[in-house]
Amino acid sequence: MSHEHPHEHGHAPLSDLEARALAIESLLVEKGLITSDAVDRHVYRYEHDIGPVIGARVVARAWSDPAFKDRLLADGTAAIAELGIESPDLHLEVVENQPGVHNLVVCTLCSCYPWYLLGLPPVWYKSAPYRSRAVIEPRAVLHEFGLDIPDETQVKVWDSSADLRYLVLPERPEGSEGWPEERLAALVSRDAMIGTGIVAIPEAVRP
Amino acid sequence: MSEVDREVADLKGPAAMPRRNGELVFNQPWEGRAFGMTVALRESHPFGWESFRVRLEREIAAAGPADDGTRYYERWLAAFEQLLVDEGLVSSEELANRGDEYREGVRDEVF
Repeated sequence: MSHEHPHEHGHAPLSDLEARALAIESLLVEKGLITSDAVDRHVYRYEHDIGPVIGARVVARAWSDPAFKDRLLADGTAAIAELGIESPDLHLEVVENQPGVHNLVVCTLCSCYPWYLLGLPPVWYKSAPYRSRAVIEPRAVLHEFGLDIPDETQVKVWDSSADLRYLVLPERPEGSEGWPEERLAALVSRDAMIGTGIVAIPEAVRP
Repeated sequence: MSEVDREVADLKGPAAMPRRNGELVFNQPWEGRAFGMTVALRESHPFGWESFRVRLEREIAAAGPADDGTRYYERWLAAFEQLLVDEGLVSSEELANRGDEYREGVRDEVF
């Protein structure tokens, strides 16, 4: 009876992968190379903070505060700094969708992306077909995303670069008058801020 | 945002991290731990990100096209283990012995 079995502690046996991950973490912590707190912090940060949620917050603020919106369109980098969002070494330009104007963001050369606002870029954003076709036939690309842009609406395509990133300010959906920012932010998808989507209130939420 | 955030964002092709609407997807807690440890170590004890990326890509390539990406973090974990051993931070014996302690229930938490 020298061997204690894990079931006596009420734990299910660990899978091989769980055991390996725990082994690494405990060894690195023991050697003073990392702390478990730091691991928690990074997992949390990636799951919650680094994602389209930050961009969505910016959009919701712009919809709610016309003076902020003016500043955002004039100097995106300075305006997001007001919200405590750093745009590292890069200039941010915010382009506004309006009746008659739809904006679409691409990076034709590589995959430049305002990741500090939108999280990690989607696979299609980095794909060669999107990068070339967004410029040549933006309406066809948008159609594939389920967006049919009327002929009379102008489609503007913005090509990102290493030091200039774009964010689309989508049109605020009808029926969202008086909504608090948090509720507005929940409507804003990543695609709407790239321009391959628009913001709409889901049917189920409509009064 | 730190350098490592940019490096993570720049993982491309099959090495790109699984995500849903731009946000990372960890299907099991250990996957998040494996990822978080790598980022934490990169921050506290700078290693060559390039050498991690190369190992990750090699693991993914070795798994072959039959792997649909649901086992992405298994590749990540294996690449991280190799990196730690190659950088001389942890030996393979230490990993094997400590792993056994968890597998056999001698340990069940990080301590």
